[in-house]
Amino acid sequence: METALISPAKAWLLGFIPAAFFSLIIPVVGVACFTYIIAKRAAPLVRSKPDPRLDNIIDRILGMLKFAFAQYRQPRYLMAGVLHIILFAGFMILSLRSISLVMIGLSDGFVLPGLGGTTGHVYNILKDIAATAVLVACTVAIIRRGFFRPERYEVPKKYGKDHTAEAVFVLCLISTLVICDMIFEGSLAAAQIQKGLQAEFHVPGMGAWMFAIIFSSTSIPALQNIHLASYFIHNIVFFFFLCFLPMGKHFHVITSIPNVFFMKLKKGMIKPVQWGVDDDKLDGLKSFGVKKFEDFTWKNMLDFYSCADCGRCSDQCPANAVKRPLSPRFITIKCRDYSFRNYPVQGEMTPKDEHLIGTILSEDEIWSCTTCGACEAECPILIEYIDKIVDLRRGMVDEGLVPQSLQKPLKALEKRGNPWGKMEKKRADWTKTLPETCDVKLFENGDEANTLYFVDSISSYDDRMQGIAKATACILSAAGEDFGILGKDEKDSGNEIRRFGEEMLFQDIKAHNSEAILSTGAKKIITADPHAFNTLKNEYKGLPKVEHISQTITRSIKDGKIRLKPVEDPSKIYTYHDPCYLGRHNGIYEDPRQALDAIPGLNRVDMLKSRDRSFCCGGGGLMLFYEPEEEQRMGVLRVKMASNVGANVIVTACPFCLVNMEDAIKVAGLEGQMEAVDLCELIERHIDRA
Amino acid sequence: MEILVCVKRVPDTAENEIVVNSKGTDIERGDLVYSVNEWDNYAVEEAIQIRDKVGGSVTVVTVGDSDSEEILRREMAMGADKGILLSDNAFNGSDGKGIATILKAEIEKGKYDLILTGAQADDGAAQVGGMLAALLDIPYASLVNKIDILNDKTLKIGREIEGGNQEISEIDLPCVLSIQTGINEPRYVGIRGIRKVASVEIPVHGTKDIGIAAESVGSAGAKVKRVDYFVPPAGKGAELLEGSSDEIAEKLIELLKSKGGIK
Repeated sequence: METALISPAKAWLLGFIPAAFFSLIIPVVGVACFTYIIAKRAAPLVRSKPDPRLDNIIDRILGMLKFAFAQYRQPRYLMAGVLHIILFAGFMILSLRSISLVMIGLSDGFVLPGLGGTTGHVYNILKDIAATAVLVACTVAIIRRGFFRPERYEVPKKYGKDHTAEAVFVLCLISTLVICDMIFEGSLAAAQIQKGLQAEFHVPGMGAWMFAIIFSSTSIPALQNIHLASYFIHNIVFFFFLCFLPMGKHFHVITSIPNVFFMKLKKGMIKPVQWGVDDDKLDGLKSFGVKKFEDFTWKNMLDFYSCADCGRCSDQCPANAVKRPLSPRFITIKCRDYSFRNYPVQGEMTPKDEHLIGTILSEDEIWSCTTCGACEAECPILIEYIDKIVDLRRGMVDEGLVPQSLQKPLKALEKRGNPWGKMEKKRADWTKTLPETCDVKLFENGDEANTLYFVDSISSYDDRMQGIAKATACILSAAGEDFGILGKDEKDSGNEIRRFGEEMLFQDIKAHNSEAILSTGAKKIITADPHAFNTLKNEYKGLPKVEHISQTITRSIKDGKIRLKPVEDPSKIYTYHDPCYLGRHNGIYEDPRQALDAIPGLNRVDMLKSRDRSFCCGGGGLMLFYEPEEEQRMGVLRVKMASNVGANVIVTACPFCLVNMEDAIKVAGLEGQMEAVDLCELIERHIDRA
Repeated sequence: MEILVCVKRVPDTAENEIVVNSKGTDIERGDLVYSVNEWDNYAVEEAIQIRDKVGGSVTVVTVGDSDSEEILRREMAMGADKGILLSDNAFNGSDGKGIATILKAEIEKGKYDLILTGAQADDGAAQVGGMLAALLDIPYASLVNKIDILNDKTLKIGREIEGGNQEISEIDLPCVLSIQTGINEPRYVGIRGIRKVASVEIPVHGTKDIGIAAESVGSAGAKVKRVDYFVPPAGKGAELLEGSSDEIAEKLIELLKSKGGIK
């Protein structure tokens, strides 16, 4: 094709320097700087702890397609999500264009392999649209960030400085890139038309088309200068942008796709103390958990680098909502900045042999987490928090830094196998007041049964929560399950012991329970406590199949083993609160809802925050003992959410949720207007025994 | 500073249901779990903090049977450098003075600048600390909830006195202090910590090792003898509420209302 303008590859600057020299030197310098910066950024990862993330490649690729390329979680925040999808799709399309542009400066008329002919024309159309869409999205984003300033992005003083300027600056860089391309294309098209030559087709209404019109009466020499200037500005900005990305939150542009690929595949399981060290070799480890920065795994560090500072985790975090001193976003940002300070791009690396707790993180911050997983369910690029929190707690436990409020229950767990220090022999006392129709076998007495009902501590000992144990036993009886309990041989499941960082106690308790369970010969385990369910199912090894009672109920109703009477009070409106360890950690959302819906006439609504956006009630297990600094209780907020959708009965499927909800109803002053009940209790009351 | 802390293994009231046995000679010990006496734990933490500040070492000592070794290990896992178990059949049945005599004999074998005890034991009479100081003929302060090291001869100490008031004194070293809870926040001792010290040798000293006559201690030397153990009957004006927690709470509220305690 004859061209009206001299291309960058053939032009001369100031009459004597070949422009191609700059076309070469800019990418060479740019790539060299970028490589240097990435090498510097990789330095802490090299000193980090191992973390095997190359298993199940197929699942990883599928996950990457879903979460990275299809941006699956982005629309959870609609406005920001849509903007991001436009920018991301634009980036994907325009990255090819940018590479072509760089090459065009060296070799006139360069086309990427596969982008010749018709494909090339189609691509050009797509590219025109993408560039303009990106420009519009950038403009909207700049206005949104600069003027409307969504609260989610605010940075409280104690956590560092605001990043709005950085965000707007990067949006301006992106805009400059697409505008330069539009001008580069538009100036050429205008010149072609002026000279009566054939011009590349540009989609009407898009940027390049508009610039062609704007330049329609500009002189050819001026167009020549504009053409070349836009080309080199594009290249300089492109490589500056590339090297600027690893300096802050925009590192995610580079790291988030690999970060998603290296995602955690097994939910509900805390990482081992150290990958590659078996549970029975833990005694040989010099130190436990994360104390100094280099105790994190390389994937933890990649998480820090990948955070886009979007604030969604903290926006969903219940601890943050009640003003506990925890904001997951800033755990990441503080660690990232710490890493940047100690492993700077320029100057000497200064890794410090100091504890993160007491320098950039605080004890209360790390104990404030209920491990509910809302942050992890929300993060668009699958940054993990719970494993880091637990590793930091392991470090604190190893140093003896445990609040007094937690030391007592931990000691009681060690001595008596339950956090209240109640006598082992009284663990099965709740069975003494069961109705005659309900018979509970006791494995400790030598009874045999097909199914083991794992009661766990709170439902065994707490006066109120024994109601859940009794209801569960009655349901199992009614459903014709042949079941028994361990009685004094059962110890706490240990879900929270592990999550509070006392790994060795968890290992002891796990070994004890495993032996007790296996010696019963039971073929199946059922529990009504999602915390026990989670750890038995995901963290114990070699046990029979574990089932939550809501699954048993739904199955028994389907099989016709249980029939339900019409709802006791048809005027009541029920709402189901998803317990974190049943829902988010184990994906059981439907069984409890189906069980409720099986009660004829029951009127059920969902709260605004439900399923994987459920709002933690305040936490279970040892969290009941922890005394956090907070402005109000999580449960109170949750009860108000139920009230907002017009519900007057909150149904939970977890004893800890019930404790927190019942307390919160009192604290919120909603006694008489709102009640909380466990799914088992409600179902048991509706069993049609006739 | 060389610090010795006297500790005791006691049934933990938080994790046991204490019941007097049918003969009235002791409590039912079948189902009890034991731990280090809470006050002693604070004393050990304080000793460790002082050592970490000014140097020296912390030794924990207890009078008891072989089961008591467990609490010495726990305190060593906490950070004490050394443990000594004072154990001999002749020690059985010692009264407070007997225990103080045994401790004194061990202490005189070493050279300690500071001796700490808990203010009292869960199952004790808060008497050993004072007696020990008297037997050693060194100064003593009780219910100490603050210790500042002024120099290697003198401490500045705070004592909790009536009504939550604070009294500050200076005391010469060597001395005995009985430590009140709340002086610090004792660090957590995890299973891992205990396992690390599981194989550390703990010397066991009997009458011969510490050079005392068997008759001077134990039941032979005791001048105070326990003669009975019982739960006092409800006296006039006392009422025991029974039932479930809810029922008890309801009855209590009714009572408080009827007596004008709450409106």
